[in-house]
Amino acid sequence: MSKSNFSRRGVLKTGAIAGAGLALPTYLSAASHSGFTNAPTGSTVTFGFNVPQTGPYAEEGLDELRAQELAVEHLNGIGDGGMLNTFSSKVLDGTGILGKKVNFVTGDTQTKSDVARASAQSMIQKDNCIMINGGSSSGVAVAVQGLCQEAGVIFMAGLTHSNDTTGKDKKANGFRHFFNAYMSGAALGPVLQKEYGTDRRAYHLTADYTWGWTQQESIQASTEALGWETAQNVLTPVGAGDFSSYIAPVLNSGADTLILNHYGGDMVNSLTQAVQFGLRDRQVNGKDFTIIVPLYSELMAAGAGSNIRGVFGSMNWNWQLQDEGTQAFVRSFGQKYGFPPSNAAHTCYVQTLLYADAVTRAGSFNPCAVVEALEDFEFDGMGNGPTTYRGADHQCFKDVLVMKGAENPTSQYDTLEIVEITPRAQVEYDPEHPMFAGGNLGTCNPGA
Amino acid sequence: MDAFLLQILNGLDKGAAYALIALGLTLIFGTLGVVNFAHGALFMIGAFCAVTLQRILSFSFTTIDETRTDFLGNPLKVQTPYVESWFGPELGAAIQDWSVPLAILMVIPVMFLFGWIMERGLIKHFYTRPHADQILVTFGLAIVIGELIKYFFGANPIQTPAPQMFLGTIDVGSWLGFDRGAVAYPMWRLVYFMFSLLIIAAVFAFLQFTTFGMVVRAGMADRETVGLLGIDIDKRFTFMFGLAAAVAGMAGVMYTPILSPHYNIGMDFLVLSFVVVVVGGMGSLPGAVLAGFLLGILQSFASMNEVKALIPGIDQIIIYLIAIIILLTRPRGLMGRKGVMEN
Repeated sequence: MSKSNFSRRGVLKTGAIAGAGLALPTYLSAASHSGFTNAPTGSTVTFGFNVPQTGPYAEEGLDELRAQELAVEHLNGIGDGGMLNTFSSKVLDGTGILGKKVNFVTGDTQTKSDVARASAQSMIQKDNCIMINGGSSSGVAVAVQGLCQEAGVIFMAGLTHSNDTTGKDKKANGFRHFFNAYMSGAALGPVLQKEYGTDRRAYHLTADYTWGWTQQESIQASTEALGWETAQNVLTPVGAGDFSSYIAPVLNSGADTLILNHYGGDMVNSLTQAVQFGLRDRQVNGKDFTIIVPLYSELMAAGAGSNIRGVFGSMNWNWQLQDEGTQAFVRSFGQKYGFPPSNAAHTCYVQTLLYADAVTRAGSFNPCAVVEALEDFEFDGMGNGPTTYRGADHQCFKDVLVMKGAENPTSQYDTLEIVEITPRAQVEYDPEHPMFAGGNLGTCNPGA
Repeated sequence: MDAFLLQILNGLDKGAAYALIALGLTLIFGTLGVVNFAHGALFMIGAFCAVTLQRILSFSFTTIDETRTDFLGNPLKVQTPYVESWFGPELGAAIQDWSVPLAILMVIPVMFLFGWIMERGLIKHFYTRPHADQILVTFGLAIVIGELIKYFFGANPIQTPAPQMFLGTIDVGSWLGFDRGAVAYPMWRLVYFMFSLLIIAAVFAFLQFTTFGMVVRAGMADRETVGLLGIDIDKRFTFMFGLAAAVAGMAGVMYTPILSPHYNIGMDFLVLSFVVVVVGGMGSLPGAVLAGFLLGILQSFASMNEVKALIPGIDQIIIYLIAIIILLTRPRGLMGRKGVMEN
């Protein structure tokens, strides 16, 4: 007669261990879905739109917010769908993202880095935002991008033009659709050569912060490559208001070109005051004095009024483009708000859709899956022609617009005219280009 | 030498703006003893009076132009200003072109009334309160006014150009024997400078040569004694508050072609004008004017490339540096009365 060694206690122990072992893969699999910051659990997912609603770039921020709201409507199946109809990727169908309706909260950056970080932090911690989008200043973008990297959420930058955003300050969780200062220089160079020749002396007035520095560096490199000489670069405080003390020395500097590396209200004031000082009526070195504003926006152009006529600059996108994507977006935006969108609005709208598309293609809200889906993603139908999100630095590469202040505006929106659509190949650069060197993209951070 | 002369002109121009604002600020402090942090907001309201008149003159009726389309492809709505319809295209356009000078006529009564209401409705309740309370309440008022302006006019700077005939430059250098075009200065800035001198002279003449002004000066020196003589000095001081508001408003209107008005323009000027008042001497009208011009000129020279090469960043700190030196060596300011704000 044999005797069994199984005891009741032993069976229970063995069963518990075996059960735990069998359950482990299921547990780990579940963790792979929820083991990241603010993993959405209910029927909704929340975006954080962090834009300047007060301060010097408030008008741009409010226009970004309009476009972001429109993007959320289109993602949730409200309205005519806008660029969802023209986007080359077809995974978004107007039913939200992965079956979840999209909600959003808004924050006011005030165009101050510390305020913007606090606002983004609140969105992540209190409102459980899975993605932060927006901003109208490179200082703010760099600060918020750093925060998102630490927190483990995706940052889809709004209007930020400094080389540093995807250069020395690039982060794996951050993506920029907007073009940068290097691209402005590369696009403007040939047009300036055609218009003004190769023998010019340029005087730069430069906003004294990261964007101003990198734009000045880029434009100087680009114009000196044409043979132009740089007479002087003068740093000016942000928000100086009256630039007359900085403009007066231009008169006797021997320069025949003034390059205003200013943006927003500063650009409106410095350009207006330069015109008041009669710079555009002068002849220096046997040439007509000229003014260049490398980075334009529609809202700035409207603020500068007639002073902007004939002045060259560059843009990421403009509502006057004739491609299908642009027309779809302008129609949606125009019907909802009664006026055409700015290029700040466009970039935020596109960024919101691109994030939603990446999540859908990845099948997960996990930031690392989203990063993987966005890196080297090629798309079209969003208003800029064939576009690539380069994996090496998370910078979008696409055509760039060279603009000029409209000589004979026919309406209040007709402030700028498109001079040239610079092909993408002309503005591309190596990720290790000296103007972008020194940063480390790092690895994606899923957070919790 | 021509660069030197240009910076002197710039300094006088900046100084005129500082002096005009500081004059009103000093008038209020000298008469009512109130530290008015909303004075920059009064300057801003003046500037937005010009914007408002510009918009009133631009009120238009709409006609549909079937031959053209808007950005959505709909028939274009063409706006025609009523003034052009009433007075003809040329005269109507000229009236719109002169909106900034015309706004002076509007700003004087508007700002005087605003100042009067502000003093009677708010400021008078703080006469006996500490300066800290006065600063808090007026600063709060300035923020409220700024936000209201943003609500109604948006956050972007609004172009308010000078009349066409003042848009060019004047070759000041050719009068002084310099090369042609070497010292060309914007015409409107010279107009602003002359206007400021005129207003400053008018305020001084009013205080110096009228009986009303004499009573106000007596009240500034010894309010109680003047009251004991049976003179209602409070009413006169309320008038002076209204006058100071009107001066700030006029300064704001005339400055709009130089600096496009926006909702924060008052704050930009507030800090500078307080430094001017402190340097000139709290309560001293000649001190405010002198310090305004002095700091304007020093700020202009500090912005010269040669100076910045020697001391980088000096252009951004010069005014505050001077204020520190004055406060350390002469706490009452350049022309301040002994005992006023020295402790």
